[in-house]
Parts: sequence; structure tokens; C-alpha cells
Amino acid sequence: MNLFHYASPQTFYPLAGRLVPVFAVLAALLAAAGLYLGFFVAPTDAQQGEVYRIIFIHVPAAWMSMFIYLVMAFWSAVGLIFNTRLSHMMTRALAPTGALFCFVALWTGALWGKPTWGTYWVWDARLTSQLLLQFLYFGYLALVHAIEDPRRADRAGAIIALVGAVNVPVIYFSVQWWNTLHQGASVSLSKAPSMATTMLWGMLLMALAAWAYTIAVSLARVRGIMLERERRTDWAMAEIARAGAAGGARA
Amino acid sequence: MNWDSLAGFLAMGGRGAFVWGSYGVTLLCVLLELWLLKQGRRQGLRALWRRQQIDIDEAAAMPASQDNP
Repeated sequence: MNLFHYASPQTFYPLAGRLVPVFAVLAALLAAAGLYLGFFVAPTDAQQGEVYRIIFIHVPAAWMSMFIYLVMAFWSAVGLIFNTRLSHMMTRALAPTGALFCFVALWTGALWGKPTWGTYWVWDARLTSQLLLQFLYFGYLALVHAIEDPRRADRAGAIIALVGAVNVPVIYFSVQWWNTLHQGASVSLSKAPSMATTMLWGMLLMALAAWAYTIAVSLARVRGIMLERERRTDWAMAEIARAGAAGGARA
Repeated sequence: MNWDSLAGFLAMGGRGAFVWGSYGVTLLCVLLELWLLKQGRRQGLRALWRRQQIDIDEAAAMPASQDNP
């Protein structure tokens, strides 16, 4: 299979359309399994009691918020270097979902912090750098929507995505570099996870659900961006006529 | 099984507000994103379709334009 075949919007558009429902169903199944494990199988935590169950969304959301930003930086670099249209469209399609996961990580962290630390918020390195990530997402979105010309918007957005990516390792390693109230990593590649197996599996399933959700949503979003930008091409005109006549445009 | 009753499940050991506050807002965020995506798709398609109809109408109204530039 030639991967470059799918790098053109004309061939990627229908492929993305077929992949969206697949990943959407996958996300729902993984989330159902993860929540079942998280609430009905994983035991009560010896120290924290039941409130630790926030972990099943907090950690996957935090991972996803960092990972999506890195993927945006990757597509931005590809777009700047090779001047590929699809790369910038992918960056744009990912940004709102990254911002969403970042917000969820901050929100659930605050609600977890109150009963365990006694405060919703503290200006420690982990929380502050995560808040900065939220502002980077908002900054990216505000910038690309403020610039009318899509090519200029793409390039400006790509710079923010690349420069802001420096913040991601700062978030990740903040718990090692500084003395933070936030605990260290519960799961890492170098040592055994410091939690019960069923807790770990619940969390990993929820992380996979977040992955599948992100793929489904960003592919659906990139289809809209593609159609808008390629509206003068034959394939897009045919698709607009087809989808429009099918009632999508009049509904 | 961790819970002996629905009330016990909802109470989450007295931390129900924090646990369900987390899950509830997350669910709302996801639903909001899905709704916005659906709305955006529909409105975007409608705008593109209208623009295309206008182009087609204009082209039909000026049949001689290609012969007499």
C-alpha cells in the first residue's frame, strides 16, 4: 500500500469517512469496559477511599492533552517543511479536542485535589505548566481563527504549536524536577506501576478509549475542513452537491 | 462487586460530589464537542452547497460569457 496515496485530500476524505464510525464504536466499547473495571472491579483505595476513582478520567485526559499537543507540533513541522496541505488541516482538527482534554484534566484534578490535598488549586509546577498548556491551546485556536487567509493562519498556528511543544516535557517531568504537591508518575516504562492491576487496566482502557475518541472526532472534523478548503476542486464540488442534495444542506 | 446498594454507589464513600462532578462535567464536555461537530458539519455543508448553487445559477445566466470574454 502506498501511504502517499492517502496524503491527498481527495483520497483521504472518503477513507476518513469510513474510519470515523469504526473508531467511534471502539471508543464507546473501550470506555464501557474501562468504566466497568474502574467502578465495579477495581478495589477501594486503602488511603484515598473511593475518591481515587477520578483517576480513570484524570490521567487519560492529562496524557491525551499532552500527546495531542505533540502530534499537533509534529504535523505543524511536517506542514512547514514539506508544505503539505493535509498536515496543517490535521493540526487544526486536533486542537479543539486537545483543549477539551486539557480542561478535563484541570477540572478533575481540582475536584480530586480538594478532598485529598485540601485545596482545589495550588501554583505548583505540574498544575501551572498544565494551565499554560490550556492557554497554548486557546492561543492556537484564537490565532488560526483570527487570520482570514488559511495559508497564513496555518503557518502562524504551526509556529505556536512548535514553540509551545517545549512546555510538554516540562509538564511531564515537573514532578521530578521540582518539589510539587502533585504526586509523581504512577505508571512509567522504567518501573512496575505503583497501583493494583485492576486499577491499572481500568486506566489503560480509558486511555485507549480517549485515543479512539480523539481519532474519530479529529477525522470527522478534518473532513469538514477539507471540504471547505477544497471546495473549488472537482471531487469536493461533487461531494458538496451529493451531500447537499441528500438533505444534509437543507436539514 | 464494590457496592451493596445504588445509594452506596452514588455516595462514593462520602465523596460523591467530587467523583460525579468529575465524570459529569467530562460527559458534558464530550457531548458538547459532539454536538458542535454535528452542527458545524451541517452548517458548513449548507453554506458550501448554497455557494455552489449561486455559482451554478450565475454560470447559467451568462451562457455567452465564455464566447465573448
